[in-house]
Amino acid sequence: MAKVVVVTSGKGGVGKTTSTAALGAALAQSGQNVVVVDFDVGLRNLDLVMGAERRVVFDLINVVQGVAKLPQALIRDKRLDKLTLLPASQTRDKDALTENGVSRVIAELRQKFDWVICDSPAGIERGAMLAMRFADTAIIVTNPEVSSVRDSDRIIGLLDAKTLKAERGERIDKHLLITRYDQGRAARGEMLNIEDVLEILSIPLLGIVPESEEVLRASNLGSPVTLNNPLSAAARAYLDAARRLKGEDVEMTIPTDRRGLLVKLFGRRAA
Amino acid sequence: MPSVVRPRQSMRFVGRSYMAFMLAPEPPIVEWLTQIDEWIRGAGGFFVGRPVVLDLSAVTLSKSAIAHLISELQGRDIRVMGIENTDPAQLGPGLPPLLRGGRPASAEVAEPAARDKAKPAAPPRHEPATLLLDSPVRSGQSIFFPDGDVTVLGSVASGAELVAGGSIHVYGTLRGRAMAGSNGNARARIFCSKIEAELLAINSYYRTADSMDPSLRDRPVQAWLDGKTMMIAALD
Repeated sequence: MAKVVVVTSGKGGVGKTTSTAALGAALAQSGQNVVVVDFDVGLRNLDLVMGAERRVVFDLINVVQGVAKLPQALIRDKRLDKLTLLPASQTRDKDALTENGVSRVIAELRQKFDWVICDSPAGIERGAMLAMRFADTAIIVTNPEVSSVRDSDRIIGLLDAKTLKAERGERIDKHLLITRYDQGRAARGEMLNIEDVLEILSIPLLGIVPESEEVLRASNLGSPVTLNNPLSAAARAYLDAARRLKGEDVEMTIPTDRRGLLVKLFGRRAA
Repeated sequence: MPSVVRPRQSMRFVGRSYMAFMLAPEPPIVEWLTQIDEWIRGAGGFFVGRPVVLDLSAVTLSKSAIAHLISELQGRDIRVMGIENTDPAQLGPGLPPLLRGGRPASAEVAEPAARDKAKPAAPPRHEPATLLLDSPVRSGQSIFFPDGDVTVLGSVASGAELVAGGSIHVYGTLRGRAMAGSNGNARARIFCSKIEAELLAINSYYRTADSMDPSLRDRPVQAWLDGKTMMIAALD
């Protein structure tokens, strides 16, 4: 039974696209058949993070409008044959998405894949609403700071009101993914701590991804962090989160880059 | 020149509700308009001077179609004050505003003949006037319950809004705005088990977070009105 997951946040720049790529790759690495769908029409990024920008011929809009068939637009990852990308269009805008068209594409993807992971655009307008519309499960990506948390709260309210599942009177599963977490800054009170975020949003925690240079490095190389450096702290956090998403019971930890810690210790000793 | 600092008068925001007549066009619109015409012929001048709200739930109309419908109705002396159940994007400037949260009311004046028979009014129904919300109120949500108390079994987020005719009870953290006694009820109170509210109001007298005693923050409190002053005190 396929699962449609929307990765959303309200606020921009918190790590939706990075998380979509990392979780998609992590699920595919565990043998699941995964498609990641870019809903950010007009500002697409997922193709870059997945390293597939030169392979885009047809896109989501073409399929929604019936110009191309779905298989023509799907791009299979070169490293993981269970991972597929459905890119967004860069030349159109979000008004080109229609509810009927998106509904048809999602239904078709459900037939072909175990996981359909939709990368939502920022904001609460048409693109974001259609990205969440047909989801069974939502991953709310939040940075531990007040504006991100409040935007996430707004999005949770919309998930409970505007998704098809909510309108049918069912409950959409919601998971919180805290990204760019810096333990040092949280301890110094420069950042909200995990308990505060959980208390405000009151939805279950899927994972805590530490702030890490590895994420930026992987994005620049066009490779999901879970593929590029699976041993890095951020990658381990995403791999654990993917296992929790599959329903496995994994103890909640905040992975650290141990090597980084050693360097820090040595650095301090040398000073 | 010495300047006199005058105490700022607090502004009162007062809500008021009215009864309006609801018209629900049904497709095809042209036929529906003919029906209206027939009806007006039977009860001439019925709509003159009466506020009317259009319920568009049965039809899907473009912006220009809505404007056309409204001008058609205007030609029949029907003045539309608001529109219900349509996409807010369809209502640009120049069109009546979107209305939400309407409740059916018995329109006793609808049949002038019935008025003369002087039927005794039906006894008011005694429904428990409490709205119970068992999930958190999220940022951007606005809960409007003019009929009585609102109880929330969770938190009220920053950027969320509760408006109650009666008292407000929050069994979580109140971070957003709470406005109790919105119908002019000065005896309404606000209770919460942890206060970080942006604004509290009772019977339209309000206090913002800045004017609350910082020592109350994060504590369970109640707020009530003493004359024109809002009092806030800890419950622990």
